[in-house]
Amino acid sequence: MTTVIEVRGVSKQFKIHHERHQSLKERVLHPRAGSTELFNALRDVSFDVGAGETVGIVGHNGSGKSTLLKCICGVLKPSAGQIRLRGSLAALLELGAGFQPELSGRDNVYLYGAMLGLSRRTVDAVFDEIVEFSEIAPFIDTQVKFYSSGMYVRLAFAVAVNVDPDILVVDEVLAVGDERFQAKCVDRIQRFQREGRTILLVTHNADQVRALCDRAIVLDGGDLVADGPTNESLRVFRERLLDEAAEHDPERLLGTIQIESVTTPSGSFEVRNGAGIHLDVMVTSQAAFSGNFVVEVFTRAGLLVSRSDAQGAPINLAPGTNRVAVDLPALPLLDGVYDVNLGVVDALGHTVVAWREGAASLQVIYDGREGGIVALGAAVTQL
Amino acid sequence: MDEASLAGPRERALAEAPVRVVSARIGLGRRLAGLWSRRELLWGLVFSDIRIKYKNSALGIFWSMLSPAFTLAVYYMVFSLFLKNGIPNFVVYLFAGLVVWNMFLTAVSTATAVIVDRAALVKKVSFPREILALSNVGAAIVYFVVQLVVLVVFLLVLRHAPAWGFLWLLPVSFLALAAFSAALSIVMSAVNVYFRDMKHLIEVVLQLWFWLTPVVYSYENSIAPHLAAHGLTVLYFLNPVTLVVVTFQRVFYVTPVVHSTVTGQVLSILPTWSFDRFLLLNLALLAISLAAFVVAEVVFGRLEGNFESEL
Repeated sequence: MTTVIEVRGVSKQFKIHHERHQSLKERVLHPRAGSTELFNALRDVSFDVGAGETVGIVGHNGSGKSTLLKCICGVLKPSAGQIRLRGSLAALLELGAGFQPELSGRDNVYLYGAMLGLSRRTVDAVFDEIVEFSEIAPFIDTQVKFYSSGMYVRLAFAVAVNVDPDILVVDEVLAVGDERFQAKCVDRIQRFQREGRTILLVTHNADQVRALCDRAIVLDGGDLVADGPTNESLRVFRERLLDEAAEHDPERLLGTIQIESVTTPSGSFEVRNGAGIHLDVMVTSQAAFSGNFVVEVFTRAGLLVSRSDAQGAPINLAPGTNRVAVDLPALPLLDGVYDVNLGVVDALGHTVVAWREGAASLQVIYDGREGGIVALGAAVTQL
Repeated sequence: MDEASLAGPRERALAEAPVRVVSARIGLGRRLAGLWSRRELLWGLVFSDIRIKYKNSALGIFWSMLSPAFTLAVYYMVFSLFLKNGIPNFVVYLFAGLVVWNMFLTAVSTATAVIVDRAALVKKVSFPREILALSNVGAAIVYFVVQLVVLVVFLLVLRHAPAWGFLWLLPVSFLALAAFSAALSIVMSAVNVYFRDMKHLIEVVLQLWFWLTPVVYSYENSIAPHLAAHGLTVLYFLNPVTLVVVTFQRVFYVTPVVHSTVTGQVLSILPTWSFDRFLLLNLALLAISLAAFVVAEVVFGRLEGNFESEL
């Protein structure tokens, strides 16, 4: 596999001005006023991305993921290290940032194309496709300043995805536009995956990463803390989020409750389709706590099968060891391994107080010939 | 499967694609090559700049002629009619110099603020940032060409023949001016990011600079003897715009020595240098300007690293 993105020891420091002195007078009068502080947005980050991979970059706000992305796009220059790129790159950083409001949509398509490094002739060839994808054909000769924000975004997205990039960089933009347009974007990204293009997806939406990426990179405070299969990386991401939450936890609840172990009466996690399984969960708590209990079931591919909780009946934990029973009656699942995540949250579900990613793995056995996740038992007969 | 067949050629093409490097320091050669590879963006920006400027105006690009024509008329009235400087055909002399000065002024004064003004773009889209400053120089060159055409029409109407033998100085001189304007524009646009006063300061400096350049007065006829007496002639020609202005005046105004229309005295208007001397000086200026451009690229490369935290 050809390596298309090679990130080697990239660090980025920002100077933070506590008192800005940008005019000459102020610099002359207060040469030393206003301290500057160095802030490390990225610290010695290295990884490779091969051709055709879809890699998610996840991290909470301030983790450095946007900085890394901007470095890869060349908008920012790393303070140290280097990034080597092969092939053309189109970035969906902030859609429409390159647009000139005074120019028409048509002129902007060409100008934006030129900014992405395309010749006029190349844009000519895909111009009609761009207009069609953006769905703003009647307004293509209108000045962009009269566009609605939705039209703006659609046109920019249309240019970026129709210019045949080898590498597509997407930063949270899937959160814009209406649902139908979002579906169109996801659809286009999946087409890019099939066509063997390389995609970098930056988001803090774990579900989106699960759905689209085969590999994920987790950044935390400027450090690369995980790089591997999506599931494993996301586990690290969630644990980091918990650690982070623990530091800002006013009631000091986090860490006082632990999900210790999960067992089954038979000791086996194998279950036949249609049969049920009973999970016996051991939870220790240092203080009394009343809250809710969350159960998530994922496929190995990272698709959420189900998320449920104690459904209104509070879980009252007493100091010491508690037992919580999780019943999964009559699993309608197909053959495969399913991961179970367990968590304790507060009554409103706002704060996670304990979380166990991959608390158990269920091996489901199914003899039928259906494909997918769920056994629907569809019968096909000719009448 | 068709997925594999689609991936195949793309991957093969990728393996041969050139590698781009993003790092703290980019070598000069790579910088210049990158700039050259994005020339199409430069043309795009130049023409979009011009289109935007005259978008909603009825007269459009004619404004780029009208405004200098007005300046020309004012200076002509003040210096030739009121102050009676006695230079015959003064309007041709004035026009030749103004065309040059206008290009330099437009380029530097618009380019200085451009990176700050286009901060949103600079922070979001990747391209060699100096292209923004260069696009302003490019637009100034377009206005320059328009004004040059007007000048030629003017000469035809006045039946004033240029110095045909000196005509080949123009491309050399023009290139030197373009390179010097570009160098100064690039540096100023970057410095303005750190010192926002530069935008205002440069306007004052350019006003002073205008009077240090022999556009509305004749250098030979005014301060040349005084400077020569102290051996300071070189000092005056340290201003790169001066040589370009004088060259354009020599080509279009033609006669270095004339008789005053007021007193009938002999007036020395322009240096009486030979073609070879003019060419040599202009070639030297071109070399210096190109070197300045390279230095400007290096300086810009150093300064652009922190643009995003300053913008």
